[in-house]
Amino acid sequence: MSAGPDNARVVTLTVNGERVSRRVAARAHLVDFLRDTLDLTGTHVGCEHGVCGACTVRVDGMAVRGCLMLAVQADGAVVETVEGLTDRGAIADLQEAFLARNALQCGFCTPGMLITIAELLEREAAPSRAAIREAISGNYCRCTGYQAIVDAVERTLAARAGRAT
Amino acid sequence: MSEPALSFLDRPNSYIGRSVPRPNARRLVQGRGAYVDDLRLPRMAHVAFLRSPRAHARIVRIDTAAAKAAPGVVAVVTGEDLAGICKPWVAVLSHFKGLRSPPQHPLAIGWLRWAGEPFCAVVAASRAEAEDAVALIDAELEPLPVAVDMEAALAPGATVIHPELGDNLAFERTLDVGDVDAAFRTAAAVVEQTFHVGRHTGVTLEPRALVAEWNPGEEKLTIHHSFQAPHMMQDIVCKHLGLPEASVRVVCGDVGGSFGIKVHIYPDEMATVALAKLLARPVKFVADRLESFVSDIHARDHRVKGRMAVDAAGAILGIEIDDLTGIGPYSVYPRTSAVEANQVVNLVGGPYRHANYRARARVVFQNKTPMCQYRAVGHPIAVMVTEGLVDLAAAAIGMDPAELRRRNVIADDAHPSTAASGIRFEKLSHQRSLEKLLAMMDYDALRREQAALRARGIHRGIGLAAFIEITNPSAAFYGVGGARISSQDGCTLRLNPQGGVVAAIGVTEQGQGTEAVIAQVVATAVGVPLSDVRVVTGDTDATPYGGGTWACRAAGIGGEAAWQSGKALRRNILEAAAVMLQTNAASLDVRDGSIVDADSGAERMKLSEFGRVAYFRPDTLPAGLAPELVVTRHYVPKDYPFAFTNGVQASYVEVDTDTGFVTLIKHWCVEDCGTVINPQLVDEQIRGGIVQGIGAALFEECRYDGQGQMLNGNMADYLVPMAAEMPDIDVAHVVTPTASSEIGAKGAGEAGTAGAPAAVINAINDALRPLGARVDSQPAGPQAILRALGKV
Repeated sequence: MSAGPDNARVVTLTVNGERVSRRVAARAHLVDFLRDTLDLTGTHVGCEHGVCGACTVRVDGMAVRGCLMLAVQADGAVVETVEGLTDRGAIADLQEAFLARNALQCGFCTPGMLITIAELLEREAAPSRAAIREAISGNYCRCTGYQAIVDAVERTLAARAGRAT
Repeated sequence: MSEPALSFLDRPNSYIGRSVPRPNARRLVQGRGAYVDDLRLPRMAHVAFLRSPRAHARIVRIDTAAAKAAPGVVAVVTGEDLAGICKPWVAVLSHFKGLRSPPQHPLAIGWLRWAGEPFCAVVAASRAEAEDAVALIDAELEPLPVAVDMEAALAPGATVIHPELGDNLAFERTLDVGDVDAAFRTAAAVVEQTFHVGRHTGVTLEPRALVAEWNPGEEKLTIHHSFQAPHMMQDIVCKHLGLPEASVRVVCGDVGGSFGIKVHIYPDEMATVALAKLLARPVKFVADRLESFVSDIHARDHRVKGRMAVDAAGAILGIEIDDLTGIGPYSVYPRTSAVEANQVVNLVGGPYRHANYRARARVVFQNKTPMCQYRAVGHPIAVMVTEGLVDLAAAAIGMDPAELRRRNVIADDAHPSTAASGIRFEKLSHQRSLEKLLAMMDYDALRREQAALRARGIHRGIGLAAFIEITNPSAAFYGVGGARISSQDGCTLRLNPQGGVVAAIGVTEQGQGTEAVIAQVVATAVGVPLSDVRVVTGDTDATPYGGGTWACRAAGIGGEAAWQSGKALRRNILEAAAVMLQTNAASLDVRDGSIVDADSGAERMKLSEFGRVAYFRPDTLPAGLAPELVVTRHYVPKDYPFAFTNGVQASYVEVDTDTGFVTLIKHWCVEDCGTVINPQLVDEQIRGGIVQGIGAALFEECRYDGQGQMLNGNMADYLVPMAAEMPDIDVAHVVTPTASSEIGAKGAGEAGTAGAPAAVINAINDALRPLGARVDSQPAGPQAILRALGKV
């Protein structure tokens, strides 16, 4: 990293498989960097203090709040957003389950929700409904009441289990 | 030409009643939505507002010099600077007689009346730079005494927020029907209780957002708006900025939740529009979450004293209520803040036969964030009061609460009928709904389980709540009072050469599935595959004039306009096709994208071939045949002011009497929204609405201190329902189509929110009853429950 006159730094990171190098203000959050500098608007800003989960992205494989991490902290990291997961087909079955079960209404929470669930699906093969609810309890949804989301996760798990056997 | 004798539901290849996925949802799961904050326009600047730190103050002096000199700043303006561009508004309507509210400006001038009221704006190259400069504005404010508590605001000697009005009473309505005093005198039991419904707010996950762009070259103002009612916004911007209608276009793309929050005129949004005009460049405003909490409209905030009289057999003889509600310092434009209290008066006692009813509602100014319509306006208050009194009455005469409801709900065969409050019901199904609910939840078995667990010291409760829901509003809602809010809606259909249909419609999409439902109706009416229908909403330049989304009107009103338009387009297609095929139109139909023989179903011509001839080879058609392949139809309900949806909910809870925590074990809802166009979408509207109602019952509250400062105005401290605490919700339907339209659909989006709080509070009180405790305030958090139990 190199300092600039406006307290900016140059960061180099991998975003959705693409190596990017950009000059960013030291105070810029990762989510603002992704949205405003890279035009990756699939990640949303809901509360700006780590509560609602709308800004959830993957940093080095882990689900992270994009509003609680500075862009400069992501220097050298591998970042993935909903656009990247979509393009490489990593959550295609989950996305189809969301559509079939209407597990989204306004869709604003959905990208963050999908990223949180993707992590759950990798971690656990057969979580209970209560465990699914617990896993997504850091992602607010004001529209659905959550039941359809839990159903969509269960359907995805069942389909993956069927495919595995 | 005669219509094929097929009803809305019976069309071949009908999509009605099918849970098809929403065609517009795929982009949202891929992160390819287009919400307002996703827009980037050339030369776009960003606005941030200086908001009042005090609930009541006089502006002594504002020095903007340092802010103007800050990096990236384009402009710094005060209320006076915008007053010449945007005229103030007054939120009164003539059908709320006596309602008063003073003029309100985009940026406050002279006085500040709630903590959060915007009074200066900074436009800068980035939002961060705008916020930096806001911090450099030097504003000297003289603190003034506040009126915060709504009862205290009416007391003698209270601070009068608008001295020119004389006192803080904005509106009062009274009603006295039958002989209430006699009913109470002769009753076997009289119950009374004071209920409190806390202030809460919508917390749309996408905050309010708007990009306004003024193009002086074409004298056109384009507003990209996260909003529910684009034509209303267009009309209001025209009026207050002095622009002709053709100069203002409002576009509502993807909207990240609205729930009634995004149907009002906000000062910061009007200021943004005025700034775009002033600066002749695009200006973006996206509320951050902290300013959302103090500037989005709040809702509820009611104290209702209620009484109910019953005879020994449990018949409800009379009801009396006194509602008091605080609306902040202004009635909100243009719908006014008198509507919720008015609805409470109209809706109390709604599901039940009762002839004697007295009500008073008072609406009070106070130094808090303005209050206005949010999902299920007035309903949850009326239902909590009514259902709370019903449970108290049942307990008073020793009757099971389900039985008391069974004896009092309006009989399904008693309609059409008129309630004591004067509202008219075309047809309700309370009896069938209640029986279906009780069977679905296995009420008797649940009572036995409750009793068995009670013996082991486990305190569970069952709460019931019957409800009615105002849907499909006619002009009686706003238009008659002078509000330029459309209750009619239009749908324009165009058959394209390849056989696809484009539907442009005035109702809007907020995620509830409007576009899916309209596509289903159009596909069914015209006779094309669902995938061949493209729906366009949310653009005043592109759709017929309409009201947008509010009061549960999109499916019932927009759907009927789409149905009528679809029938007309099919008729036009068949008349032309009959000439081409040398037969009569009555012998043909359009099914699954083809013109077919109506009797045999045999294909006669694909729509793509029809389109090819109609558009590219009209020379081959007989002289005088000019197929009209664009049609528009409009619809507004006229025979009833509203189509009432009805239903009943039940909640099953367990109360931990040591911690005060409530576990929601299960929730049920049976509702009747008439024809169900897409069962899955209806059920999800019910579930989402119920969870918002649960939020009000248990978690959500805008808490204020005595100085009018909101204490929990951030997402960490303001609790909304999260996944882990929510129950699974079973939903079922009784179907009583409204005869006001051919499709027979009524609204479904607010039923859940209307009934859920009462069901949950009644369940908690059912659990607490043997312990001699009860809660009558929402939200009923652990502290309230422990206090009721005398443990804190």
